[in-house]
Amino acid sequence: MSTSIPEAHGDVAPGDELGPADVSHAIGGYLVGLVLATLLTGVSFYIAQSTLVWQPSIPIALSVLALAQMGVHLVFFLHITSGPDSVNNVMALAFGLLIVALLVFGSLWIMTHLDHNVMPMERVMKMQR
Amino acid sequence: MSTGAEVYPGGVAGGGLAPVGGGHAQSLTEEPAHGPSKRIVVAYGFWIFLISDIILFSALFASYAVLTDATADGPTGRDLFELHTVAIETACLLLSTVFCGLAGIAAQVRRHAMYYGSMAATFVLGAIFVAIELHEFATMINVGAGPGRSAFLSAFFALIGCHGLHVSAGLLWLLTMMAQVYAKGFRADIRRRLLCFALFWHTLDIIWVALFSLVYLVGVAPR
Repeated sequence: MSTSIPEAHGDVAPGDELGPADVSHAIGGYLVGLVLATLLTGVSFYIAQSTLVWQPSIPIALSVLALAQMGVHLVFFLHITSGPDSVNNVMALAFGLLIVALLVFGSLWIMTHLDHNVMPMERVMKMQR
Repeated sequence: MSTGAEVYPGGVAGGGLAPVGGGHAQSLTEEPAHGPSKRIVVAYGFWIFLISDIILFSALFASYAVLTDATADGPTGRDLFELHTVAIETACLLLSTVFCGLAGIAAQVRRHAMYYGSMAATFVLGAIFVAIELHEFATMINVGAGPGRSAFLSAFFALIGCHGLHVSAGLLWLLTMMAQVYAKGFRADIRRRLLCFALFWHTLDIIWVALFSLVYLVGVAPR
C-alpha cells in the first residue's frame, strides 16, 4: 500500500490513505468546503427572507442552492470525486439519484394530478344528500 | 494503488476484494495484492448502505412534499418554523461535519490529541443540534401542533424526527469510536470503522441541507 496521495484533490476516493505530509493539504480541503458551504447556506437563508428574488421562483432558487451545497459536501467532505478508485462510488450515487428523483418527482406528479382530477370532499357530500 | 501483477504471481482472482484466507490477525493489517485497498472496498460497501439510507429519506421527503398543504386548517410551516433556531442547527451540523473530517485526518496520521479534540467537538455540536431539535418538537407539541394535528405535521415529524434519530444514533457511534481508539489504538480495522462513521456523519449533513432548504426555508418563504 503506497501512502502517497495524488497531488490533485480531485483524484482521491473515500478510504484513500494520508501520509504525514498531506495533513495540511487535507485540512485545507475541509476548510474550502466549509467556506463554500457557509456561503451557499447564507445565500439560501438570505433569499428565503428577502424580496431580492421574484417570489414564485424562490423554491426553485432554494432547490438549486441546496443541490450546489450537496455537491460541495460530496466533493470536499465525502471525497466522491472523479478519481480512478471512486468510479464505483459515483456509479452507485448516480443510481441512487435516479431512484430519489423517481420517488420524489413521481409522487409529486401523481398526487398533484389526483388533486386536480378528484372532486373535493364537500361537493361529494352535497351530492349524497 | 497500481501494484504490478508480476510482483505477486499467485495474485487474487475475482475483482479486487480482499483475500479471506490467511488468518484474521493477518487480514487486519495486510493489504490485498491486487485492486483497491481494503479501505476503498469498505468505504464503497458502506457508501451503498448510505445511498439506501438516502433513498429512505427521499421516500419520507416525497410524502412530506405531497402533504405540505394538507394542514387540516391547523398551523402551517409559516406559523411554526423559527428560522433563527434552524440557522443555529445548520451551523452546528456543518461545523461538526468539518470537525469529524479533521478527526479522520488525525486518525490516519495517529495524532491522539487532535483526534480526541475533534471527536469531542463533533459530539458537542451534534448534541447541541439534537437538543435544539427536541426543544423545537416540544414547543410545537405544547402549542397543539403535534404529529397528530394534521397530515402535514405527521409528515414533518416523521421526516425531521427520522433525521434526528440518525444523528442521535451517530452520537452513540461517535462515543463508541472514541472508546475503541482509546482501548485499541489506531489499528487498521478501527480506522476503517472510523472511516465509515465519518461517511455516515457527512451524509447526515447532506440530508440536513435538503431539509433546511426545502422544508424550513421554502416553508416560510413568501408565496
